[in-house]
Amino acid sequence: MIKHDIVIIGGGPAGLAAAAAAKKAGAQDILILERDGRLGGILNQCIHNGFGLHTFGEELTGPEYAARYIKQVEEMGIPYQLNTMVLHISAEKVITAVSREEGLVRIQAKAVILAMGCRERPRGALNIPGYRPAGIYSAGTAQRLMNMEGYSVGKEVVILGSGDIGLIMARRMTLEGAKVKVVAELMPYSGGLKRNIVQCLDDYGIPLKLSHTVVEIQGKERVTGIVLAKVGADRKPIPGTEEYYSCDTLLLSVGLIPENELTKEMGISMSPVTSGPQVSSQLETSVEGVFACGNVLHVHDLVDYVSEEAALAGENAVEYMTAEHEGEKADPVVLKAENGVRYTVPQFLDVKNMKDKVTVRFRVADVYRDRFISVYYDHKRVVHRKKRVLAPGEMEQIVIKKESLADCPDLKNIIICTEVD
Amino acid sequence: MKSDYYDVAVIGAGVTGCAVARELSRYSLKVCVLEREEDVCSGTSKANSAIVHGGFDAEPGSLKARFNVEGNRMMGELAEELDFEFKRNGSLVLCFDRNQLPQLENLYNKGLANGVEGLRILTGDEARQMEPNVSDQAEAALYAPSGGIVCPFGLTIALAENACDNGVEFSFLTSVETVKREGEEYEINTSQGKITAACVVNAAGVYADHIHNMVSEEKLHITPRKGEYCLLDKEAGGHVSHTIFQLPGPYGKGVLVTPTVHGNLLTGPTAVDIEDKEGVDTTAQGLAYLQDRAALSVKNLPFRTVITSFAGLRAHEDRDDFVIGEVSDAPGFFDAAGIESPGLTSAPAIGSYLARLIAGKLKAEKKSDWNGKRKGILRPEKLSWEERAKLIQEKPEYGTIICRCEGISEGEIIDAVTRTLGAVSMDGIKRRVRAGMGRCQAGFCTPRTMEILAEKRQIPMEAVCKNGPDSRMLAGRK
Repeated sequence: MIKHDIVIIGGGPAGLAAAAAAKKAGAQDILILERDGRLGGILNQCIHNGFGLHTFGEELTGPEYAARYIKQVEEMGIPYQLNTMVLHISAEKVITAVSREEGLVRIQAKAVILAMGCRERPRGALNIPGYRPAGIYSAGTAQRLMNMEGYSVGKEVVILGSGDIGLIMARRMTLEGAKVKVVAELMPYSGGLKRNIVQCLDDYGIPLKLSHTVVEIQGKERVTGIVLAKVGADRKPIPGTEEYYSCDTLLLSVGLIPENELTKEMGISMSPVTSGPQVSSQLETSVEGVFACGNVLHVHDLVDYVSEEAALAGENAVEYMTAEHEGEKADPVVLKAENGVRYTVPQFLDVKNMKDKVTVRFRVADVYRDRFISVYYDHKRVVHRKKRVLAPGEMEQIVIKKESLADCPDLKNIIICTEVD
Repeated sequence: MKSDYYDVAVIGAGVTGCAVARELSRYSLKVCVLEREEDVCSGTSKANSAIVHGGFDAEPGSLKARFNVEGNRMMGELAEELDFEFKRNGSLVLCFDRNQLPQLENLYNKGLANGVEGLRILTGDEARQMEPNVSDQAEAALYAPSGGIVCPFGLTIALAENACDNGVEFSFLTSVETVKREGEEYEINTSQGKITAACVVNAAGVYADHIHNMVSEEKLHITPRKGEYCLLDKEAGGHVSHTIFQLPGPYGKGVLVTPTVHGNLLTGPTAVDIEDKEGVDTTAQGLAYLQDRAALSVKNLPFRTVITSFAGLRAHEDRDDFVIGEVSDAPGFFDAAGIESPGLTSAPAIGSYLARLIAGKLKAEKKSDWNGKRKGILRPEKLSWEERAKLIQEKPEYGTIICRCEGISEGEIIDAVTRTLGAVSMDGIKRRVRAGMGRCQAGFCTPRTMEILAEKRQIPMEAVCKNGPDSRMLAGRK
């Protein structure tokens, strides 16, 4: 069996940042396993700009952003294997992988960083009635076909779902000469970033219909049209509101799902809300020495935050390898999401081992105006910050400082919630 | 078509047509199969419950009863011979109301009369012991250990490949326009030209009435009876291990819940008579109804894990039975019509029966070099570690995983495209190796699978179709 100190599953933005940070923190023996034919993950197909404002202070395209990290990884001499699919990881951190070049291999890792990213929710999961013709694509698949393979997927387009990829693709297809007739969104608010709605829809006169969904797909061979309907508060279509749109393509941008097949097989505790593993402030999962970061942990809005989170996972993996592992672990402080906050990542705080400060990321459940974000240490409110707008499409964060916990030795829960006043 | 004369022309390359063709290939006969779609298994055979029925449901003495029980008995050996996936997982018919116990007993007695082996009536508790997620409302159940599940694509494709390897000619995108009796023979006009055949087998599914009525005064009438299904993620595949039926109603065996041979969970079908013989669209009402009905049988069904839904059409003939055999006023014309449930189960028996009739009529001899064995597509996943490692060393294409969700390698997809009667479209690949059939529903593997198909078929990417020549995946080059 091959042995490596740190094996990183995935060579997208999370895997690359984790690798670079682990190397900087002193790791000698790192291996990145990437299933695609190149490093960079989904960034390679995101040829629009808007990446890197937080990290590099400038607007980069996806491939440019990826290239900065790939360059670091190359310069640091961190080895990686492409076209390599991880088939299984055991709880003992034995990784089974397969590739054309290396064949079937088993690798024993001391620490594992999960950075597999996410996938798109398909049409089937929505149970949209109708035929099953060609021309129905998830937005990311269409994006890959257009931007990486150089093909046009359709000429008249309807987009269901206003996730960021859907919004980006509305603009992309328009620029390529397609007619994007409408973007329909089931919820009364968009799931994407405000800036994408402005720059990708408003600037091109593409209508966004909130509280609408596709109730029928027509066309037996290729899509010929779809029927949209308005939905009520129960998100069920309202009879009589149907509207027909002729189109040859239906793009879906209806949600991203962290790809945690390997994680689940390891028996790692999962969060039903994020569909990612539950992690401590060290981004360590319930299996010791296994860390998670990026969209496999929870779906992010900006790649900059992925990189930041992943770097932390890389550093923590190095720390895990070098630290003495004492038998007894102190009970962690539980982070609870309440009243309009859907989840937090991390879910636990390992007060003893945490860094001086820990960034807790979360999303809200609905669009809120003029609400407070509050943090309670058990019953004591320690943060009360007013936000003009909170939206599910944008990730929020608060920072917990280790020193602030010094006064609360018996702390059990940290509650993060929204409050009207 | 290569020739203008055949001893036998089989119309339809669904499971029944392919079963007949494969059985006919045993004999020294010139046989062709005419299929209007681009691939085998493109109609009713691709969208059904994938069940090998026990055979207790059909009326004793009916053709359904006879061929069901016989087909069920043949399936195990056939699966070995032709290397397709089949599992005898046993089935339960649930009864929710004590007043309906006589109906359950009636089913048991019909089963005995039909020759179904091993039937037992269980109490609700016994049923729950066997299958813990069976509803608490189940008062009793009929257990049929001979019930099974099969891959309907696997079965049909295996039959077709083996028929083809034994000399049967398949002609796709060939719709039959007219069939006319000329002397002792039949003249068949198709979209690909005219042929003459001594015998015709009508296995045209929902169109079998059209074909039959071209040559006979005793008219058939087939109603497409739509059945909608939801397929759940493999995560839910272990929710039940047996096939769970409810007491049958006037429109058939009702909504069932069953594991599939691939490890998913399947629920359906609805049963609605429609006019359109192409009406395989799903409906909001249908999908909602089947979910409600399925929830009566099985507790806590995780419908949030649905990965796709689909609809198929049963070919329901007015007489409510299969129509099988030589048509009295059209000698040499053989029907395999009205093949609805339990048609998938019955196909091997129908094939064998009709082939014997036809061979007798044409006084055909058995071939000495017939080979009934067929090797399916190699699945590296099923090999031992050492075997798989060795395979990848020898054939590196088995080391590249294309479909992540189902773990399908490039080697398997190449095999699906290049083998006998290989796939010509994305759906054809999906039916042969499951690439794109998993939880992401082809989101990731589509571009790569398209490339392999284009390369192996030597067509441009823009010509790659989903399912049929008018279903192009792309609008062109950028």
